[in-house]
Amino acid sequence: MNEPSEGFSPIAVSGATLVKIMSTTTETSMMLRTPFHEFHVNQRAKMVEFAGWEMPMLYHSIIDEHRQVRAAGGVFDVSHMGRLRFTGRDACRFLDHVCTRQIFGMADDQARYSLVCNEQGGCHDDVLVYFFGDDEYMMVCNAANRLKLLDHFQRVRGDFEFELHDETAETGMLAIQGPKVMELIKPLAPEVTELKRYRFLRKDVLGATVLVSRTGYTGEDGVEIIMPAALAAAALGFLVGDMDADNSPVKPAGLGARDTLRLEAGMPLYGHEITEDFDPLAAGLKFAVKLDKGDDNPDVGHFIGQDALRRIAQDGPTRRLVGLFLDGKRTARQEMKVMRDGAEIGFVTSGCASPTLGKSIAMAFVGADHAEPGTTVQVDLGRTMAHAEVVKLPFYKAG
Amino acid sequence: MPSPRECRFTETHEWLHIDEDVVTLGLTQYAANELTDVTYVEMKSPGSTILPGESVGEVESVKTTSDVYSPVGGQLLEVNPDVAADPSLLNSDPFGRGWLVRIRTTDPSPLDALMDQTMYDTKYPTG
Repeated sequence: MNEPSEGFSPIAVSGATLVKIMSTTTETSMMLRTPFHEFHVNQRAKMVEFAGWEMPMLYHSIIDEHRQVRAAGGVFDVSHMGRLRFTGRDACRFLDHVCTRQIFGMADDQARYSLVCNEQGGCHDDVLVYFFGDDEYMMVCNAANRLKLLDHFQRVRGDFEFELHDETAETGMLAIQGPKVMELIKPLAPEVTELKRYRFLRKDVLGATVLVSRTGYTGEDGVEIIMPAALAAAALGFLVGDMDADNSPVKPAGLGARDTLRLEAGMPLYGHEITEDFDPLAAGLKFAVKLDKGDDNPDVGHFIGQDALRRIAQDGPTRRLVGLFLDGKRTARQEMKVMRDGAEIGFVTSGCASPTLGKSIAMAFVGADHAEPGTTVQVDLGRTMAHAEVVKLPFYKAG
Repeated sequence: MPSPRECRFTETHEWLHIDEDVVTLGLTQYAANELTDVTYVEMKSPGSTILPGESVGEVESVKTTSDVYSPVGGQLLEVNPDVAADPSLLNSDPFGRGWLVRIRTTDPSPLDALMDQTMYDTKYPTG
């Protein structure tokens, strides 16, 4: 488990909840548990450690759960992701200082994808920022980066006046994804089906407020829901009913399927396509980097990493993230070398046997000269080499 | 197919069953659970000479690639064609239709040092 680094102090007193839990857990249970833990155990999920959390890797089969999401729907516990609330006079200006995307000017009830970069233009994390109106924001970040971001925000907060409250422990979060999810939700909350992509609403359910956004990480339509931890188990039953019933349109799906689904959809994952050492422009995330942020608006200011990313954009990225179709059935794994004419031209970031396409797929960073779709390359699988073709991302788009 | 009661077990999660001088080898349920969904199986070709402790092939799953080892040496007689066509047999029926290879051995003595089912299940419970 990732212990908080020495000298780490939470920004707000009320944000200390998780740190306290982490420092008092005993050797019998070092991992954090989500509010849905009992559900996973009852479903006989295979539980694994992920970024300090005890999470379901799969319930029965990664491939079956993947197909279930593509065909109908799946429910993922994503409570391990960090949920950080920003409030106060300078909340917007601070977020514009740390986020590559512009936060100023967001509509109420809008969610926006952004990177949080270091000075060199590498990525601390990729996040979703939700705007509630009235100087109030929520940032959802990767579980593995939550403490790192809190530490980063503490170091760069300067004179910005805002409060930061880590709500991760006191809330739960579900992703319900798949083509039949909106049918399922319509009778419960018809207004949710009216939401546009990257919009959200707040709704009272069972006497508490839940946040429902039309967002996700699978390439399918669906929602993500944030709710008070105390309500989480009841909300799961309320939302999706009896998932053990044969005719249930949604079934539980684990982190294993979440990974293969996002890979087919060409979505980057922190630690694979996004790291402290890779810039987001090379990863094809230019849409999430506002290179001219603050140039014409002194209220917005520049973001950390902006100068570096401008230079990279000017020179053109030296490498690019591409898709690969491998010949044969072997799977390319992270860090395997990509070769062309005997020379090393890049490396694999993620790979899997695509359940939807029935092909071996991978994402890789390759030199910018080798990124053209149709280029033939080889992947060094260790004992053998596999031929592969560079293809455009994503591998899969919902119909 | 053998009952797990008649098998010997390795620390690397292979099961072995000997019938006269022919050893059938597969992966255990515990191994299948740890691998997650198996997507690809590639064993050495029939006729290959296997040295004791050597890899007889590789198994790939959604999450990882793993070698399969044989504690006994000999000649590889047969590779299960069904698992190449349907690798999920390793998950659904690891002691039955999911067997991997048969080896003719001249020295079965390494089997004596392996775990029996009770020892293996105690050490690696599948819950």
